[in-house]
Amino acid sequence: MARTITPAPAAGAPSAAPVAAPRAARRRGVDTRRQTLWVWAFLTPTIVLYGLYTLYPIVASYWYSLVEWNGFSSGQRFVGISNYRAVLADPAFWASVKITLVFTLLVAPARILLSLLLAMVLNSPRLPLRNLFRTVYFLPVVTTTAIVGVVMQFVFDPASGPFTAFLKAFGADVGIDFLGDSGTALVTAAAVYVWKFFGITMVYWLAALQTVPTELYEAARIDGAGSFGIFRYVTLPLLVPFLLIITVLTVEDTFHAFDLMQTMTGGGPFFSTEIIEIYIYRWAFSASIPQLGFASAAAVLFGLFVMAVGALQAWALVVARRGRKALS
Amino acid sequence: MSAAAPTSAPTSAARLPLARRLARRAPWWGVVLLLAALAVVWVYPFVWMVSASLKSSLEVFTAGLGIVPEEFAWENYSRAWTDANFGRYMVNTVLLTVSTVVIVVVRCALAGYVLGRFRFRGQRVVVGVLVATLFVPTGYTIIPIVKLSMELGLLNSLTGMVLALSGAANVSAILIYAGYFRQLPKELEEAATVDGAGFLRVFSQIMLPLSMPVTATVALLTFLATWNAFFLPLVFSFSDPDLRTLSVGMQAFVGENATDWSGMAAAGVISILPIVALFLFLQRYFVEGIAGAVKS
Repeated sequence: MARTITPAPAAGAPSAAPVAAPRAARRRGVDTRRQTLWVWAFLTPTIVLYGLYTLYPIVASYWYSLVEWNGFSSGQRFVGISNYRAVLADPAFWASVKITLVFTLLVAPARILLSLLLAMVLNSPRLPLRNLFRTVYFLPVVTTTAIVGVVMQFVFDPASGPFTAFLKAFGADVGIDFLGDSGTALVTAAAVYVWKFFGITMVYWLAALQTVPTELYEAARIDGAGSFGIFRYVTLPLLVPFLLIITVLTVEDTFHAFDLMQTMTGGGPFFSTEIIEIYIYRWAFSASIPQLGFASAAAVLFGLFVMAVGALQAWALVVARRGRKALS
Repeated sequence: MSAAAPTSAPTSAARLPLARRLARRAPWWGVVLLLAALAVVWVYPFVWMVSASLKSSLEVFTAGLGIVPEEFAWENYSRAWTDANFGRYMVNTVLLTVSTVVIVVVRCALAGYVLGRFRFRGQRVVVGVLVATLFVPTGYTIIPIVKLSMELGLLNSLTGMVLALSGAANVSAILIYAGYFRQLPKELEEAATVDGAGFLRVFSQIMLPLSMPVTATVALLTFLATWNAFFLPLVFSFSDPDLRTLSVGMQAFVGENATDWSGMAAAGVISILPIVALFLFLQRYFVEGIAGAVKS
């Protein structure tokens, strides 16, 4: 080491240096090659599993969307884009697109705004029992969605379900079949979905509120700001970047309502809660003659749609980061 | 409020008359009352489920809002556990969840370690592909997954479910690991290398133990996702009811015994209790893991 630094070596030294250098380089070469081997060895489980169960299926679903294929063990016949034509011409597909979007519009604002309100209350250190409340409001998130969906069928049972009994106790003898009536089923499902995943959005907001420095509140209070003024001029501007991220995360989340919908309504009554995931499932797995090509085409279309929302998410993250940088 | 207080202001709040102290806190107790009412509504479905699981089949229909059963009908649980096969479903779910968690943690830690700590040719491609598929919805790839598993002879097996669940997504777990390993000081592995530790030893004896906080989060969130998984286990167990998990079994049970409310409720309690207990004990990690999506 020291020898290579010395600028003017002794007479005998130069002969040693050229010999030592290639040897070190060779050893370093072996080291890097060995290291590269280790690196790829470490990546192998991910490459194999992720490749087989995520990457390959994405590619394959494009191919499957171009074939006629009536069951997993039957053959495939190339039919070009006619599956796409059939999906786009199917009024039930468009109905399910509409239902998915209406569901999102019902769920997302409620989850985002109500949970912000609750998070602000729960963020106050002076609130008694606040940890208990946080636990309770988060609890539905961890429970199995498919189980909750089944239980809700009974909770909303029009004859002897507890929700009906509750309404009766307040004198409202309505006898509405909340999940069995095509007029109310989607709204009821949306309400259950808000209840089930409310806690996630609440935790997002609590994390966001934690980033607001407490000195800012104190400074505002000294300047004579009231609680509303503090919210309007201190908290809100700081939360705007988070609003973007949380909105996109929540919207993305509402596209994955299969578990709850399938177990609670199965897409019924009269397809009134048939979100796209159930539409795809119906053609692929519960039709008497499965239409796997057709279902794949619908899946690709919706996958592209969700990916577009994902791109929006990436964009929102960039904007939010820029906003945060501008603030600091 | 503080008009009469100039003289008592310097003394501590504790000296204030009790009535005034209560009055000052009154708004908070109003809020608490409101929150408590909401909390009751929030947990009511679970309370009802537990209560229904202990009532006789007849009482469930007639009790209305009553919570405490007249007589505890514990036989509902044995009916759900044995006759409705939920004992079997529990074993399946535990096996599926534990294996998936182990595989996901190992593979994400390995990948995150090399991606976060080394530079190598092809790295940008790997990271690029992972990030690009971050937004790919997993549910829409189910048809190719079923076809592939069928060809590999894994369709009607727990192994097939484990592989499919642990191969799906989890990109964010890899990225969390990569970010964590990247910020660890370089001296750690230099010191170990001088001592003659190889690549594997540096990872398993120095890096992996240091990443325990990340491992806890990844393991818990994977546990939650797998325990609650429904779509994939449903499709994989179509032709073999013995492979059902708890979530799939519940739906099948109700499909076959639509009138057995108390049995349904008992089955629901059996299915949900383990994950709720886990949550109550490890709440902090759950919440931190989920909040991570916003913080990063």
